[in-house]
Amino acid sequence: MDARTFPITPVAPAASRSTKDAAFEYLTTRKDELIGWARKFSLFPYPFVTACCAMEFMAVSASPYDTDRFGAALPRFSPRQADLLMVVGTVTHKQAPILLKVYEQMCEPKWVMAFGVCASSGGFYQNYATLLGIDKIIPVDVYVPGCPPRPETVIDGIMQLQDKIARSRHPIVTERF
Amino acid sequence: MASDDLGTLQRELVPAAGPATVSHGTIVLVLAAAELVTTARRLRDEFGFDLLLDVTAVDWPADELRFEVVHHLYSTRHRVRVRLKTRVGAGNPVVDSLCALYGSAAYMERECHDMYGIVFRGNRDLRPILLYEGFEGHPLRKDYPKLREQPLVAYREG
Repeated sequence: MDARTFPITPVAPAASRSTKDAAFEYLTTRKDELIGWARKFSLFPYPFVTACCAMEFMAVSASPYDTDRFGAALPRFSPRQADLLMVVGTVTHKQAPILLKVYEQMCEPKWVMAFGVCASSGGFYQNYATLLGIDKIIPVDVYVPGCPPRPETVIDGIMQLQDKIARSRHPIVTERF
Repeated sequence: MASDDLGTLQRELVPAAGPATVSHGTIVLVLAAAELVTTARRLRDEFGFDLLLDVTAVDWPADELRFEVVHHLYSTRHRVRVRLKTRVGAGNPVVDSLCALYGSAAYMERECHDMYGIVFRGNRDLRPILLYEGFEGHPLRKDYPKLREQPLVAYREG
């Protein structure tokens, strides 16, 4: 292409540029730290919302508390597009197969937050109907207590999960790849 | 409907049973299981009780007639509530369905069947509505173990 018809003036090749300070030309990092840093700020939550904790989930998602500050604002309503399963509310034995199916449909890497005491342990329910904590059927990464939890508690849970993701190993190629 | 109609209801509907009472503004009629449908039909057609509010039961484990099946009716015209109490035994816990009188009876009787195992003769769909297929027993009976769970998903080990 003729340079005179192109609106951007081509710069000189990098090798001929001279900079006084070459400190920021290269960054070195560890692979796990880099991927962990990227992943902890791009959590796509799937809200599995069953009960009254939903009100507090709406509060923490809305603008006053703004989980987008942590990169965790955009809910995906397909588990295939999500990597954070937020189980918000009581899960009954009748519902447990649905929760398990949703969890199994999520792609790796994936994390699970038990939002509120019912999802964490069954809460004050202990009867024929209630599953006493979702960790009986799926692994849980972070438990958020409260009935319902305050938005600050949820944000603390998200930040703890972020720390956990940042500290984790992030294999690029796994045995299942 | 004035409160002195309590005596009228008593004389007309359940002459053989004990006296009708008023509990928290609700007229309470105690009747035999065989009288349930005829009484409910008269309450609907002659006394204006056009709304079936609830069908539930009470378990009295020590009693010979163990289950007390309770119906609540409401008259939107007179703004009066009436409660019908019927006793059935544990061996044959059968009462007649009110499906033919009130469409809303179908689901509430299904729930009562779930929770207490009361059989409503004439209700053709008594499948589980709140419980799930395969659930054994009736959880609101007093002899259902409080901590018994019937999970559908196998628990993780550990």
